[in-house]
Amino acid sequence: MTGKTSGWSRDEMAQRAALDIPDGAYVNLGIGIPEQVAKFVPADREVIYHSENGLLGMGPAPAAGHEDPDLINAGKKQVTAIPGAAFFHHADSFVMIRGHHIDICVLGTMQVAENGDLANWSTGAPDAIPAVGGAMDLVAGVETIYVITQHCTRTGEPKLVDACSYPLTGQGVVNRIYTDLAVIDVTAEGFEVVELAPGISFDYVQEHTGARLIRCN
Amino acid sequence: MIDKQNASPAAAVADIFDGATVMVGGFGEAGSPIELIHALIDQGAGNLTVINNNTGSGHVGLAALIENKQVGKMICSFPRTANSTVFPDLYRAGEIELELVPQGTLAERIRAGGAGIPAFYTATTVGTPLAEGKETRCFDGRDYVMEVGLKADFALIKCSKADRYGNLVYSKTARNFSPVMATAAAITIAQAGAVVEAGALDPEVIITPGIFVDRLVEIFDPEQESRLVAAGRSYP
Repeated sequence: MTGKTSGWSRDEMAQRAALDIPDGAYVNLGIGIPEQVAKFVPADREVIYHSENGLLGMGPAPAAGHEDPDLINAGKKQVTAIPGAAFFHHADSFVMIRGHHIDICVLGTMQVAENGDLANWSTGAPDAIPAVGGAMDLVAGVETIYVITQHCTRTGEPKLVDACSYPLTGQGVVNRIYTDLAVIDVTAEGFEVVELAPGISFDYVQEHTGARLIRCN
Repeated sequence: MIDKQNASPAAAVADIFDGATVMVGGFGEAGSPIELIHALIDQGAGNLTVINNNTGSGHVGLAALIENKQVGKMICSFPRTANSTVFPDLYRAGEIELELVPQGTLAERIRAGGAGIPAFYTATTVGTPLAEGKETRCFDGRDYVMEVGLKADFALIKCSKADRYGNLVYSKTARNFSPVMATAAAITIAQAGAVVEAGALDPEVIITPGIFVDRLVEIFDPEQESRLVAAGRSYP
């Protein structure tokens, strides 16, 4: 990406997203950069993290010697449970999701379209082993969907596009996107840039986006 | 007198038949009833339809059952695992069928099956390839996809403790699918870290009431899948 002078690191993207998680929220964090959001939620806010395999009140990774193979997150990594945590079975866990009880879900993505369509489970390649996990349940059931992603793929293709070419995870589900270049809202009129990363211009973001961007007033 | 205990995993799985549908508890290794699965490998029933969230790891447990060519079809949400090529290799070779189901829909289909509910509607998958060919219906202005309940001939699950009536309690996130699977199978077989006297479990904390459990096997110190995989073990 020539001409890029600055932008946000992965941690800074997670940190920026964390500012939008309000006190008292029940939040589900996807695998990858979204998992990092928990580290950056301001200390004066109490946030409860849901892991769809059956844990409300997920804490950080265990200290060495305190790992428990029965206590894992949705990415199958060993985690801890905070004081006040609850365990439950899978049907109850997805009642929390499908029944709109989880407030915010933060996910990674392959593509987001300007109408909020999300594609993050399959490239549709014929030799790929299809795997969906809980992504479709989350985007269908959680009111507010945030996406954290690099603005472009490793080969420089835009991930924010006018229409997804990959199979959809959900239609019109994304509310806000945090990239290394900008914070962008999905509005009825399309992608609206609400914040630019340090040293990044609107025109630069537009050049790296596969859809028309709207300037925020 | 009711005593659901079986002397061994082999005795508990002896009547699983060729072509049976078998639910297997566990999410990754957490809650995987590895001793019961290994007994099913020894027993040899084939052409099974297996319902689990994943397809196992390494060459033990569920991955070994698949590798042993006993599974004709997997119903799961996430068949890829970083440390197993067993399912992907067979799938690419066209030797195993896959029904891909979103994780929450999978849990609810099992719950519905156990609750005597033949089908339900969910917004999950609307507008995606996984909704193709399914009936959709609009309620209050939103589209929903019809999904059918799932039942099984057998469920193999793992719990931390059971009493002789089959009341079960679990360990942390190892609970996952097991309580709903226990309700949806004609014969539910649970391996328990301990089987205690009736009355020894507090009725307020029982997760699976014994009516849903048919057979128990006590496995005091079960194998842990990740340890077996790290040690390079395979089964048989």
